Amino acid sequence: MSTPAKELCRLGLREAGAGVAAKAISSTELVEASLARIQATDGKLGAFLAVCADRARAAAKAADARAARGERRSELDGVPVAVKDLFVTKGVPTTAGSRILEGYLPPYDATVVERLEAAGAVIVGKLNMDEFAMGSSNENSAYKPCHNPWDLSRTPGGSSGGSAASVAAGQVHASLGTDTGGSIREPAAFCGVVGVKPTYGRVSRYGVVAFASSLDQVGPLAREVGDAALVLRTIAGHDPRDMTSSTRPVDDYLGPLEEGARGLRVGVPREWLSGGLDAGVEAAIRAALDTYRRLGATLVDVSLPHSKYGIGAYYLIAPAEASSNLARYDGVRYGLRAEGAKGLKEMYAESREQGLGAEPKRRIMLGTYALSSGYYDAYYLRAQKVRTLIRRDFDEAFRGCDVIAGPVTPSVAFALGERTGDPLQMYLADIFTITCNLAALPGLSVPCGLEAASGLPVGLQLVGRPFDEATLFRAARALERELGPLPAPPEP
Amino acid sequence: MALSLEEVRRIAQLARLRLSEEEERTFAGQLSAILDHVRQLEELDVTAVEPMTHALAAGELPALREDAVRASLAPEEATAAAPAREGTAFKVPRIIE
Repeated sequence: MSTPAKELCRLGLREAGAGVAAKAISSTELVEASLARIQATDGKLGAFLAVCADRARAAAKAADARAARGERRSELDGVPVAVKDLFVTKGVPTTAGSRILEGYLPPYDATVVERLEAAGAVIVGKLNMDEFAMGSSNENSAYKPCHNPWDLSRTPGGSSGGSAASVAAGQVHASLGTDTGGSIREPAAFCGVVGVKPTYGRVSRYGVVAFASSLDQVGPLAREVGDAALVLRTIAGHDPRDMTSSTRPVDDYLGPLEEGARGLRVGVPREWLSGGLDAGVEAAIRAALDTYRRLGATLVDVSLPHSKYGIGAYYLIAPAEASSNLARYDGVRYGLRAEGAKGLKEMYAESREQGLGAEPKRRIMLGTYALSSGYYDAYYLRAQKVRTLIRRDFDEAFRGCDVIAGPVTPSVAFALGERTGDPLQMYLADIFTITCNLAALPGLSVPCGLEAASGLPVGLQLVGRPFDEATLFRAARALERELGPLPAPPEP
Repeated sequence: MALSLEEVRRIAQLARLRLSEEEERTFAGQLSAILDHVRQLEELDVTAVEPMTHALAAGELPALREDAVRASLAPEEATAAAPAREGTAFKVPRIIE
């Protein structure tokens, strides 16, 4: 095969899968190209926490054997992908970005991992992330920060920073991340790729290390809208092992993909464009909205009056759930155990002291406080009521529009280290993404250009009705087709 | 709303966390700032609002599964990652003298 490895790595997911099916390229060539690119670039990028080369080579060989027999499990059969290190993978290290799980080898696979492999996708490794998915910059990884491929001095966004950076840099053709308050959409925006947070319940959370169970949702990242739609279709659907996964049938996301924006009613929340946005980001968002108008969509003024309370509600609910979920890391069943502790309670406290980083500790403290005696009604219960108001805002807005559009982040990717000393400032950057999680709605980030001053990507956020991911993909594809692909980021 | 060092220590104890003195001071400041921000929720009258108890609507949830014995992880597999074990039991420091 004469195609250079770098070119193989820049193929879209479906393009690569079609190449394997047509025997124009082999899965082995794709996987070797991916492994070589990770080897060449990840020293600077830091997107991977583990590479499983042997498992990937064996899977590629099996995919090639299928192709030789004329069999094809799916459109992504034989294509290299990678998953956030929050998904348990049988026999492959799973750390959730935390020292407390260093060396942990799970005895089973997460449902989404099983579904990707059943479709023939080749998992080449586990991706860097903020510890227990807590962060907006990937700087809370206990192992190493991940860097933004567009500018190595900047953050790729978090917590699925590795998932976004690896796809943007061409290390893999697609990846999986999780989104609790924006953790797929924010890094997708910062790295110039497509990221999808599906409706809560659309994708199984079985085998996903839990952060905030009522908010966490698994989703794909890819360089093209259609590729993200294909991956979501592969992993979505009811799972009897997750009682919060929905029984609704999965829509055909790829069928309506090319229907265009004509006739679409695009809601523009006035609260999202009323200040607080960097000028370059605002210009790119307004240009994207103008593009929709030019393509035949109608822009509709909508209001989400409780948006500004989203951060407050989220930073009570998510830490409360996290304080409960992270109670299992006590040094008894898996992970790190402090040596020489006198008694059980001391062993718990010392193991957690040594194994958990500052951000999980901060959130466990906040959640424990909010749930503690005398504070529950004032904090947690009030936050859950505000959550109802936020959902009602969206329900009302969707009476007049099919999809809501606005910014993903107030700025383009910020510098590594710029915000680490001020957690509240870091939290406030999630203002546009968080309400979508609180309301359990689907959201998507699609690149809408480069900021003029910095040359860094800007993402447009699209939010849909519950389980209406198909409209999000259709709207995102219309913009993608009109604007054309972003250029590849510079070589790391 | 400023959290005192005593309150920070009490929360840490409830959460089974051991904090250094420096962490206690840092968290007291940072948690106070976050709680100050969260206080803006008090602007809203939510007395007549039902809390959101589940992210999915009632009709979207699957029916409860049958209460039946099914295959699960073998005890050897389930305990394999434990830092200390004896047979298929988790081993912890003595708690009764």
